[in-house]
Amino acid sequence: MKRLLCYFLLAGLCPLGLIAERDARLILYDLITEKSDFSQMELLDELSDAGDPFIAEFYEQWRAGGVFLSNQSEWPLVYFRTGDSYTELRTGDVTTLNDGNIDGLEKARASRGLRKLLKPILDTIGLSAKDPSVRVDAAFKLGMGQDPEYLPILKNKLETEKDSRVKRAIEEAYLISLLGNTEDAQIVLESVKRLGELNSVRSRDIILKIGAKIDATGEDPHGISAAVKKSIISIESHETIVDFFENLSRGLSTGSVLLIVSFGLAITFGLMGIINMAHGEFIALGGYTCYVVQGIFASVFGVHSAGFQWFFIVSLPVSFFVAGGVGFLFEKSFIRFLYRRPLESLLATWGLSMVMQQSFRLWFGAANVSVETPNFLSGNYELAGIGMSYSRVFVIFLAIFIAIGTWALLTKTNLGLYIRAVMQNRSMASSIGIPVDRVNSMTFSLGCGLAAIAGAALSQIGNVGPSMGQDYIVKSFMVVVVGGVGNLLGAGVSAMGIGTIDQFLQPRLGPVMGTIIVFAGIILFLQWRPSGLFATKSRSLED
Amino acid sequence: MQIFDNKKEVGGYLLVASVLLLVLPMLNTFLAEGDFLHVSSFQLSLWGKYICYAVLAMSLNFLWGYTGLLCLCQSLFFALGGYAFGMYLMLNVGVDPVYNSALPDFMDFMGFTELPVHWKPFHSFLFTAGAVLWVPGLVAFIFGFLAFRSRIKGVYFSILTQALTYAAALLFYRNEFTFGGNNGFTDFKKILGAEMNDPSTQRWLFIGSAALMLLVYVFLSWIIKTKFGKVQQAIRDSEARVRFSGYSTTSYKLLIFTVSAMIAGAAGAFYVPQVGIINPGEMTAAKSLDVVVWVALGGRGTKFGPVIGALIVNVLKSFATRAYPDSWLIILGLIFIFVVLFMPNGVVGLPAQIKGWIAYYKSKTASTALPKGVA
Repeated sequence: MKRLLCYFLLAGLCPLGLIAERDARLILYDLITEKSDFSQMELLDELSDAGDPFIAEFYEQWRAGGVFLSNQSEWPLVYFRTGDSYTELRTGDVTTLNDGNIDGLEKARASRGLRKLLKPILDTIGLSAKDPSVRVDAAFKLGMGQDPEYLPILKNKLETEKDSRVKRAIEEAYLISLLGNTEDAQIVLESVKRLGELNSVRSRDIILKIGAKIDATGEDPHGISAAVKKSIISIESHETIVDFFENLSRGLSTGSVLLIVSFGLAITFGLMGIINMAHGEFIALGGYTCYVVQGIFASVFGVHSAGFQWFFIVSLPVSFFVAGGVGFLFEKSFIRFLYRRPLESLLATWGLSMVMQQSFRLWFGAANVSVETPNFLSGNYELAGIGMSYSRVFVIFLAIFIAIGTWALLTKTNLGLYIRAVMQNRSMASSIGIPVDRVNSMTFSLGCGLAAIAGAALSQIGNVGPSMGQDYIVKSFMVVVVGGVGNLLGAGVSAMGIGTIDQFLQPRLGPVMGTIIVFAGIILFLQWRPSGLFATKSRSLED
Repeated sequence: MQIFDNKKEVGGYLLVASVLLLVLPMLNTFLAEGDFLHVSSFQLSLWGKYICYAVLAMSLNFLWGYTGLLCLCQSLFFALGGYAFGMYLMLNVGVDPVYNSALPDFMDFMGFTELPVHWKPFHSFLFTAGAVLWVPGLVAFIFGFLAFRSRIKGVYFSILTQALTYAAALLFYRNEFTFGGNNGFTDFKKILGAEMNDPSTQRWLFIGSAALMLLVYVFLSWIIKTKFGKVQQAIRDSEARVRFSGYSTTSYKLLIFTVSAMIAGAAGAFYVPQVGIINPGEMTAAKSLDVVVWVALGGRGTKFGPVIGALIVNVLKSFATRAYPDSWLIILGLIFIFVVLFMPNGVVGLPAQIKGWIAYYKSKTASTALPKGVA
């Protein structure tokens, strides 16, 4: 608001275009009110350099008749529709216009000529955007359109662009566009060669078409056909590599979720001997905590505020502590009676799982609830053509963080020492003065808390619903069994392994057959290593 | 060799047998509708369903109660038996008017023109009756062979069987698997030439289920008294010792697992025609755990505990899903936790448990009284 006024004052003081960059709103304001010292052409030039996505948004309203002009005051007011209310363009004041006060306003419409002039600006606006990924997308859009009108613009941008990733995209787009608009064999040859070097997957069909055309005519004085073949081989091998890494990255993120879930299980199941069938419901508890925290943030900060974006970060520790607390209560109330009866702990926690699942259903409804993706997690991270959504990258880092945290907790702290001691021999630990009861409660809470963190992370890549945990629980149990019970390293390795193998099998065999083959593989694996990857060596006879 | 423990049990068995096989069917047949003692066909098939569940519970008890193997794929075997019988029933629906073919509806829908090879033998009732037993038996044998060979036991066995159920359900949900996908089999018309909806068919199915239950009861009572049964219970109590004594516990467990799967399959075969539908929802891990609840509630390792448990839970379920549809699962879950914590021997063990409490209380008051007297 203040900045807007500042710009506005400056614009008033410096009449002759001394200001290089003005806010797009002010340019638009000038363009609509026609009350500035700049000519229309100058304003349009300035607009095309501004590269603000707001321009496209505004233009949409302008075209649809959602912009009104009020000439009552000294400075005309321009209102444009934003949702249910109207915003003044220059000041940003929000008002509601209705039948009563809309009468004095004049509907602003862009003239036919102006619209024609604006169109290329709007189409190329993305090329000037501040966000590099927006620039990349815009370049590809122009390139794939193969409109000769934009060739000079692309060429121009190619020279001025500084970001190497964007530059590459613009070059690719330019060459693709060029291929569609030239008859010169030499240029075609060079473009095809260069696109092959760039490993441009997008241009594959276009290059193939050119190859087919050359083969059909049978005349190939410049050797285009050979260049086409070479480029296609290069592009396709690149595609295979990209596919591989995309599968790998998806596998790693699936594995990361499994890792967080199965760490919780490995702690309750492996270290404590409690088979927590309600583990899946603790995952759901994490997801729902995330949902509730989101609701609180929305009511305190408002949905569009910057503060709202923090809800997800806040909800991670909150869900950890909520689920940890709930787990603590359950441990104190009945799970502590079941330490020596693992099969019965399975039954009791199954009962608990039913109660919790139905409570979620009664409380939040049977349908899935939606958890927003905060801005910093939306979008894709792209590295050498391999795309991966930020939320998946986030999950991978979260898993690494949790793996390190859990490892540090178990090996570097007193609590960890106690936990390991209790796990090895409960009665011996008790007799040398370790507070076994308290350690048990803490360990169980820790396991539940980890499940809830997994649930909160899952809210970004899956659905939050009463039975969301069920999808993961069977797999996580397998992860723990394969990894070797009571062994966190094993759980980590097998989570990553199972997650990755699953993701590699799925594109070829479909999700169901992939899962079934993984299960069959696990059963066969256990033939070879009955007690898992990293078995805890013990001389005691388990009976 | 005696099968029953004492005269009381013989009497109870004969009483139950006569009620189930004679009295209830006769009340259904000869009394007019609206009569006070009339048992409607609906009631009869409802109880027939419960009896099938009771047999399923007995099969799990044979495994869990007497051998110590907590199997979470009992519902899979039950459903496999059901599917096998369902295949026979599906081939007897006749030519349907919409697609004008004798194939099951879902096959017409998926564009089949001919019956798949593995469906063909199910035209024969005898083959089906065999398949009801050997299909679950074979699955159990293969899985059990792999699992017991590598000495997977205790909770690991439970987890693996749960995964097996999960994987099988995923497979059956697929349409390509030629078992009707999501919807499974339904709309049965004829069984052995008789109309499905006919009261007499329902009656005979009820009698069949009851006979199955009585037969399985006798079989299990007999087997736990044989030497085989003794070894079985010894495995439950200490497998390592049995193995060290020179018994191949792997073979014992494999045989028991297979037999129990066959019993569950037979129960499933009687279940399907009485309920009129079978779908993959019947073979989820949750259903298997339900069976575990019945056995635990009734009393595991007792002969008629599972029957009582299955009846209590299912009657309660029929009532509660109507009266409290929302909180039924919560009630069930709480019952479960309560049973595990406070009734380790189930309903059947309750009298003994109460006796134990009274004795404990008496001895406590006695022992506290004594020192006073001494002092």
